[in-house]
Amino acid sequence: MMDQPDRGGGLPPLLQLTQVSKSFGGIAALKDVDFTLHAGEIHGLVGENGAGKSTTMKIIAGVYADYEGEMRVDGKPVHFRSARDALAAGIGMVHQELSTIPDLTVAENVFLGYQPLTRFGTIDWARINREAARLISSLGLDIDPKTLMGSLPVGLQQLVELSRVLFSGAKTIILDEPTSALSPPEVKRLFDVLRKIKAEGRGIIFISHFLDDVLEISDTVTVFRNGKKVATESAASLTKDAVISHMIGRGSIGMHMGESAELVSDDGKQVVLAADAIGDGKTLHNISLNLRAGEITGVYGFMGCGQVELARALFGKIKLKRGHLILNGARRNFKSTSAARKDGIAFVPENRRMMLFRTEPVYKNVSIAILGRIHRLLLKPGQERKIAATRAVDLQIRPPNPNMPLGSLSGGNQQKVALAKWLTHLPKVLILSEPTRGMDIGAKEDVIRIVKDLRDKGVAILVLSTEPETILTLANRVTVLRKGMVAKEFNSGTLFKADLLAAA
Amino acid sequence: MSAPTDQIPSLPKSSSLQSFLRNQLRNIAPVFTLLALVLFFSLASSSFFTMVNFMNILSQISITAIIAVGLTYVILTSEIDLSVAAVANAVGITVAYFTLQPDYVNIANLPMPGVIAIVLTLMSALAFGLVTAFGVTWIGIPSFIMTLAIMQIANGVSALLVRGQIAYSYPSLVTMLGSGSIFGIRWTIIVAILFLLIGHLILRYTRFGRYIYMTGGNREAAEYSGVNVKFIIGSVMVISAMCSGIAGMLAVAYFGSAQQNQFDSYLLDAIAAVVVGGTSLFGGRGGIGNTIIGLLVLGVLNNGLDHIQIDSFLKILIRGVILLMALIINVYAQKLKESE
Repeated sequence: MMDQPDRGGGLPPLLQLTQVSKSFGGIAALKDVDFTLHAGEIHGLVGENGAGKSTTMKIIAGVYADYEGEMRVDGKPVHFRSARDALAAGIGMVHQELSTIPDLTVAENVFLGYQPLTRFGTIDWARINREAARLISSLGLDIDPKTLMGSLPVGLQQLVELSRVLFSGAKTIILDEPTSALSPPEVKRLFDVLRKIKAEGRGIIFISHFLDDVLEISDTVTVFRNGKKVATESAASLTKDAVISHMIGRGSIGMHMGESAELVSDDGKQVVLAADAIGDGKTLHNISLNLRAGEITGVYGFMGCGQVELARALFGKIKLKRGHLILNGARRNFKSTSAARKDGIAFVPENRRMMLFRTEPVYKNVSIAILGRIHRLLLKPGQERKIAATRAVDLQIRPPNPNMPLGSLSGGNQQKVALAKWLTHLPKVLILSEPTRGMDIGAKEDVIRIVKDLRDKGVAILVLSTEPETILTLANRVTVLRKGMVAKEFNSGTLFKADLLAAA
Repeated sequence: MSAPTDQIPSLPKSSSLQSFLRNQLRNIAPVFTLLALVLFFSLASSSFFTMVNFMNILSQISITAIIAVGLTYVILTSEIDLSVAAVANAVGITVAYFTLQPDYVNIANLPMPGVIAIVLTLMSALAFGLVTAFGVTWIGIPSFIMTLAIMQIANGVSALLVRGQIAYSYPSLVTMLGSGSIFGIRWTIIVAILFLLIGHLILRYTRFGRYIYMTGGNREAAEYSGVNVKFIIGSVMVISAMCSGIAGMLAVAYFGSAQQNQFDSYLLDAIAAVVVGGTSLFGGRGGIGNTIIGLLVLGVLNNGLDHIQIDSFLKILIRGVILLMALIINVYAQKLKESE
């Protein structure tokens, strides 16, 4: 594939990776990747989480200096030591999380770090505003450069950040999930801008989970799987199905646990907690969901689709602007997390740090949510230790010593402690965000077993994940979120991983 | 996908003694400071290491101690209360305002029977606490700024109530507790010990106390564990105002007069006592035990400097230097703990 004809009229490609590999602590994250970006090309990059896209981009952007293989920019071999090196060589990146400063004006944001000075040594505001205006209008945008960044919709903020990268002189521009927060008209406007940039002879790497977007804007698409490049084809010759089958390897469907699942749900089971057309005024729009006793409802979606917010809305952490929650048939909007806890809702967030007290002993981490049940007035640390020791045995927390500081446990065991705090008195509803992310196989299987066991005891469980395997392994029914809205629901039959990827 | 390197269990420390010292630096350093100061002043002055002087020191720190109990609660949740001295002053003046003053005191006040005067005064302390709690939790004003505003308001209340005058009479209960003694021990010392004891028991042995530590240790985690973090923070602000108020009431009797700006040194002393004792400025670690050591360090220092012949203006500087050293140890201990 790398011997494609040069489209730059005999010029060497903007960027060329040859046999690039990278490993972390002996585990290969990237194996022998070849990748070529030409001037005037938009190159889509797709693959599941962990397939190697981000690792590749971090090598290109100079974040990882320690890799094998060769990288060439404009035909010349380079080896970046830092992001600054990459920028100096004309490679700029727009991250999914924007790094713009909302309290500065558009022009100040464009010129962040490069303020031109007048001959008196003061900042040349006239020039900053004039050039920012010229740059922005050259992209076909109509924004007053003196507007505050924070007052712009996120789609325009992103374009301002893009113009900053252009202004810094980048010839290769990496866009990471640029459409995940954009509405359809905003996507269209972004694409118009990208086509303009491409016509100037710059190259764009477009990383996205949204395959329709990738196929629409890209000239070429490269697919990663398990740290390898599995295909590079022209976008015109690809279909969404073909891309998905490259991403997951069609041949292996049904071979491994997790590639597909039979959904077994029962509408007769009692709805414990329901969301009725809820919205938070920002990320979530009109989401309805039923959580039933003895069932696991899976919510799948890409990063930024709103699962994080949905989980918090159900636990009283995010206030609802629209719609309401229904607990056991009665309307109930939680004013605080403590109100939700008292009504039997339990939540384990995606990030352990949010949930645990690292410097406190394990037993205090386990008992924090149930102190009110252990005693009326005075603490009973002996009983707390006993409960923690029991949970440690149930959940196979190692080492099973309730007096150890939590921070000295491994990640998987910390995750079990986060679960353990809700398991002494069974909650009615258990909300789990990314319950198995980043865990080793053994700990993962333990957690899966624990969650299924809780389901069988009648707890209504919600599992939110960006990993299809987690959803397929656990869920009785699945709701797919896309940009803060319900995109699709699967209640029965065989659900394939490809279905999830296609729906999200 | 994050590399599987992010959560490696920490390896056993090379030496358990070293690990113990790392963990306990915040508790050990203040004790050593105290011992060193006592040793130094005992050698430098013959009048320092006596029973009489020991009781003196306790008496001198007793008012600060009552304020410091509430402040310990506040600092444990990683908030701050800068209004403690001003609230103490305002509440001390309030109790005098509700008491019949001698003829030569020219204040247009509202004399009440002693019990009612005390109840009304306690309610004024409660009011200061509730306003602070409301501003910090409900409106979301950072406690640093909110309590700065309350400090100014409390100073304003003090100024309006006495209008530059000095009041001398208080309800008899307040006079007894503030200036009287029993078996040769000042009541203020006994009250301070009671406050410290009850403060300690609540922190260590009740759910509320545990929630205070957890809220200070990781506020987000406390909230995700279903702890009503706003209630906890509001409560400690109210507790702090009540402690300050009671300290203020006793102090006016202790001083023998109630007037403006009479508590100016108490804000720094109370904060210094808590921090010198080793309670973490970032919340979640420390406690009343630490505050007791901090109070003794401050008390010994203030008292000892009077026993050796030293430029009294230099004393102020020395106190500042000791506080700075304590801050350095406080932050350093936090870093050691986090680097584990």
